[in-house]
Amino acid sequence: MAEIERVLAPASLDEAAEALAAGEATLLAGGTDLMPASHAGKVRFAPMLINLRRIAELSGIAVEDGELRIGTLVTIAELLGDEAVRERCPILAEAADHFASPQIRNAATIGGNLCNASPAGDMLVPLLAAGARVELASKPDGTLVRRVLPLEEFLVGPGRTRRRPDELLATVRVPAAAPDAIWRFFKSGTRPALDISAVSIGLLARKAGNALHEVRIALGAVAPTVVRARAAEATLEGRVLNPETMEAAACAARDEVHPISDVRASAWYRKELIHNMLRRMLSDVAET
Amino acid sequence: MSPKREIAFTLNGVPTRASVSPELSALALIREVLGLTGTKLGCGEGECGACTILVDGRSVNSCLMFALDCEGRSLVTIEGLAADPLGARIEQAFVEAGAVQCGFCTPGMVVQAHNLLTAHPHPTREQIRRGIEGNLCRCTGYFKIVEAIERAAGAQE
Ligand SMILES: Cc1cc2nc3c(=O)[nH]c(=O)nc-3n(C[C@H](O)[C@H](O)[C@H](O)COP(=O)(O)OP(=O)(O)OC[C@H]3O[C@@H](n4cnc5c(N)ncnc54)[C@H](O)[C@@H]3O)c2cc1C
Ligand code: FES
Ligand code: FES
Repeated sequence: MAEIERVLAPASLDEAAEALAAGEATLLAGGTDLMPASHAGKVRFAPMLINLRRIAELSGIAVEDGELRIGTLVTIAELLGDEAVRERCPILAEAADHFASPQIRNAATIGGNLCNASPAGDMLVPLLAAGARVELASKPDGTLVRRVLPLEEFLVGPGRTRRRPDELLATVRVPAAAPDAIWRFFKSGTRPALDISAVSIGLLARKAGNALHEVRIALGAVAPTVVRARAAEATLEGRVLNPETMEAAACAARDEVHPISDVRASAWYRKELIHNMLRRMLSDVAET
Repeated sequence: MSPKREIAFTLNGVPTRASVSPELSALALIREVLGLTGTKLGCGEGECGACTILVDGRSVNSCLMFALDCEGRSLVTIEGLAADPLGARIEQAFVEAGAVQCGFCTPGMVVQAHNLLTAHPHPTREQIRRGIEGNLCRCTGYFKIVEAIERAAGAQE
């Protein structure tokens, strides 16, 4: 394990970005990924550790221009209890309810989940389905600058994102769901919540009559990052839900993913789960 | 060795200072540095809940928390709940319901039950089950623990 020489607890985003510009740092939010990784000897700590938790402007949830603006330090428990999230992005609240245990939900942050970029990350699936964007902050030459990236571009691979070492994640922006939106979230696991998902599925669409529009399906734990099931989306777009279209979508999703086999599930089982669960979610939508 | 950092916080209502290395967990701080051994080390990975404490009123796994993040916060451990009316009631209910066998999970269960009953003074059985889903018990089969928490809630009036 490398040496941590300095520990900082900045009080503002500006201060944190300035410290980051000065040299390589390890960022600490809830610590629920960092601590186990550190115990396992899997973290290469930078000489500087920056504890983000005292930065008030990185916490809290606001609604601006019809978008949810979720501070990176917002915990999973806060998402779960927030009225604006329940109203404008119910699929995110649902996923928060399936996240680990009460104790972990009280500590784990949304930003930590995104930056950890696990292909099984439970916030990634609903946020990708919802078309979320991330706002990154840095201070390259004395002024604070922010850039906004679609989540899909931000995620590169397991544990890898487009965040530069001098940037930190500041805010997650989520477009509000349309009034006619339908959504479903599924996470497989043998224990109700504490398990890391073998697969997870997020489905978001607008429903007019029995037809779906603007269909977005996100899949977790079937690829190096959370991915959209674009072929399945295309089979559903503008179509009326009936046994044929639902089966076609479920097959398309199964055939477009290439999961790995690991201790949690075999590739075959993951593909079958994707097919069966997407099929079930769609018939559930058709019935409501 | 990494340099130590001086931190200040309150522990069970008492202003406390400690010198911690950056990688130290709050659990190690509480047990090894400060000598309060009521909080247990089970898995050390966030799975079992034996290390549950309250930080600014919310329950967390102290094995996952960096000790340096205790700076400026208020920590309550099982020792601190003995002096708290709700804490005492939960302990009594655990005794009465026979919810303690080996007792290893009990401190974490009691702290988590405190967190649950503070948020939901009259929880449903389902809320209780979900409330302790991050706490493992290898002895009781949970039934009597759920009963104890129900009993503590009933005794609340
Ligand atoms: C027992 C257990 C169960 C779990 N269950 C689940 C689960 O059900 N679903 C799930 O998705 N995850 C789960 N996790 C994983 C973990 O809790 C989540 O990924 C959590 O959201 C991480 O957030 P954190 O604030 O604790 O991150 P930290 O550990 O503080 O940080 C995680 C990573 O992100 C970086 N980082 C944090 N904030 C920023 C920022 N603002 N800018 C740039 N980089 C940043 C850190 O440097 C670090 O690399 C579980 C973990 C444990 C131990
Ligand atoms: S010791 Fe912390 S959760 Fe098991
Ligand atoms: S009483 Fe033994 S682990 Fe719960």
